Amino acid sequence: MTLYSFIGAVEQGFVYGIMALGVYITFRVLDFPDLTVDGSLPLGASVSAVAITHGVNPYLSLLLASGAGFLAGMVTAILNTKLKILHLLASILTMIALYSVNIRIIGGPNLSLLGAETVIDSFSKTGVAAYYAAPIAFAVIAVLITVLIIWFLHTELGLAMLATGNNPKMITSLGVNTHFIIILGVSCSNALVAVSGALVAQNQGAADVNMGVGTIVAGLASVIVGETVFGNRTILQACFAVLLGSVLYRLAIALALGIEWGAFSFTPSDLNLITSILVITALTAPMIKEKITAI
Amino acid sequence: MIVLDEYTKYFHRGSINEVIALKDFSLNVKNGDFITIIGSNGAGKSTLLNGIAGVFLPDSGKITLNDTNITNWPEHRRAAFIGRVFQDPLLGTCGALSIEQNMAIAAKRGKHRGLSIGVKSKHRKCFQAELKKLDLGLEDRLHDKVGLLSGGQRQALTLLMASLVRPNLLLLDEHTAALDPKTANQILDLTKEIIEKENLTTLMVTHNMNQALQFGNRLIMLHQGKTLLDVKAEEKQKLTVENLISKFYASQGDNFASDRMVLI
Ligand SMILES: Nc1ncnc2c1ncn2[C@@H]1O[C@H](COP(=O)(O)OP(=O)(O)OP(=O)(O)O)[C@@H](O)[C@H]1O
Ligand SMILES: [Mg+2]
Repeated sequence: MTLYSFIGAVEQGFVYGIMALGVYITFRVLDFPDLTVDGSLPLGASVSAVAITHGVNPYLSLLLASGAGFLAGMVTAILNTKLKILHLLASILTMIALYSVNIRIIGGPNLSLLGAETVIDSFSKTGVAAYYAAPIAFAVIAVLITVLIIWFLHTELGLAMLATGNNPKMITSLGVNTHFIIILGVSCSNALVAVSGALVAQNQGAADVNMGVGTIVAGLASVIVGETVFGNRTILQACFAVLLGSVLYRLAIALALGIEWGAFSFTPSDLNLITSILVITALTAPMIKEKITAI
Repeated sequence: MIVLDEYTKYFHRGSINEVIALKDFSLNVKNGDFITIIGSNGAGKSTLLNGIAGVFLPDSGKITLNDTNITNWPEHRRAAFIGRVFQDPLLGTCGALSIEQNMAIAAKRGKHRGLSIGVKSKHRKCFQAELKKLDLGLEDRLHDKVGLLSGGQRQALTLLMASLVRPNLLLLDEHTAALDPKTANQILDLTKEIIEKENLTTLMVTHNMNQALQFGNRLIMLHQGKTLLDVKAEEKQKLTVENLISKFYASQGDNFASDRMVLI
């Protein structure tokens, strides 16, 4: 792997790590498999890109993106809690709807941000080399968000959220409205995913309605790889494991893309296949290991 | 204190599986009452406790608490005045969280939960003092995940958590049924201790007739969603297991032999 592709992978790892943290909140904390993220990532990108091209400050555009993601998550959670639609189906419905919504927001399938001022620019102004600016910017933002999540999960409300995912019957009998907690959690999760999408768009200089395909699988891969490699005994450990899992996952992808067997090599379009195989391997590894040691 | 008025609850209403779990059920629980509830499987005991806790709303009838109509209050709202211990020791606590986190959650029952830190250091001392009363050594294991505890330890913790904020009403649904006899007795002693010390109004479901006679100041026998027997105070003290069985038998006839009650 070249230094260039290494830095690129780290950069991607941190920016998509914010998304992975969102997936961690739904999947692990709330036990709510949420596929909305495939729609809320491009939603964040679209809102941020449109805002920036209309002269909005790029940081402010992140706030707008997170608000949009929050609302998207809220739709999924309300479909599930109030209208009693199965969580997976509810999230697929929102995700599909967001595809249309995103095209409406952008006014087309994609929107270029070339030449526009972005969050990354404010980091490169501090004098760091251009190709280090984005990874440093994303690392700083991602770590801040991780710390924020760790803090939240230690608050009274955060404990109620952890309990809601683990034992809803118990937490209801202790006076918590689990519907409210699920709506709050899924909304916040999608707000994070949207921020991640907005930063990706700002970094690559364009928002594209198709950029969300496979988000959930990448998010899951990060969560699972992170937990397997770095452990999840405490909340602090689990949250940083997810962020670092995302970096590790992107490095693994970069490594795979660099493999060549004679005339064969992977192309970026193989990414989803590789990811799926990676997730399946990580999920079944403990089981297979058990079987092997049993023999 | 809590009054049920012609409370009726169906399950699967309108389908061929329709069951009427409670039929025009009325009950007046006085402050400080300790009521034991017995009855065969499917009599409606759990339905009664769940109905009071607000797990579901009735098909008809009314519940009032100290003259407030709470019939349509959701479960989480009623939790402000109700403490519960379930039959399943896994249900009352959160296995993925630590002992102190579980207790911190219970310490906020019925109160606003905000963004201040969940387990405050000033609470730890109080949690430790409470755990010490259990005499299970849990006071030194505040950071241990509850999932690591045994069923009996978890049930003891649940009992403690249910009474951490004094409940106006304590609901116990066969809370010792899943435990071995020795542990069950310990939990029962603890139950008695807590109820007496705090003078808690309590409804306790049990399958053990001796227990039902030994504990509390009032005994109710349910059958097919109705009250079969309701004895209070001195009258209850005179009651024997044989009395109970014959009373049940008298009203039932032959299908009694298949019931689990006869075994106890
Ligand atoms: N969630 C439910 N869905 C459908 N039917 C139910 C449900 N809960 C209870 N029932 C039915 O209602 C009736 C009363 O059940 P309930 O659980 O109250 O009995 P119980 O007295 O607690 O019995 P046990 O001693 O076995 O715990 C039974 O016929 C039962 O099958
Ligand atoms: Mg029952």
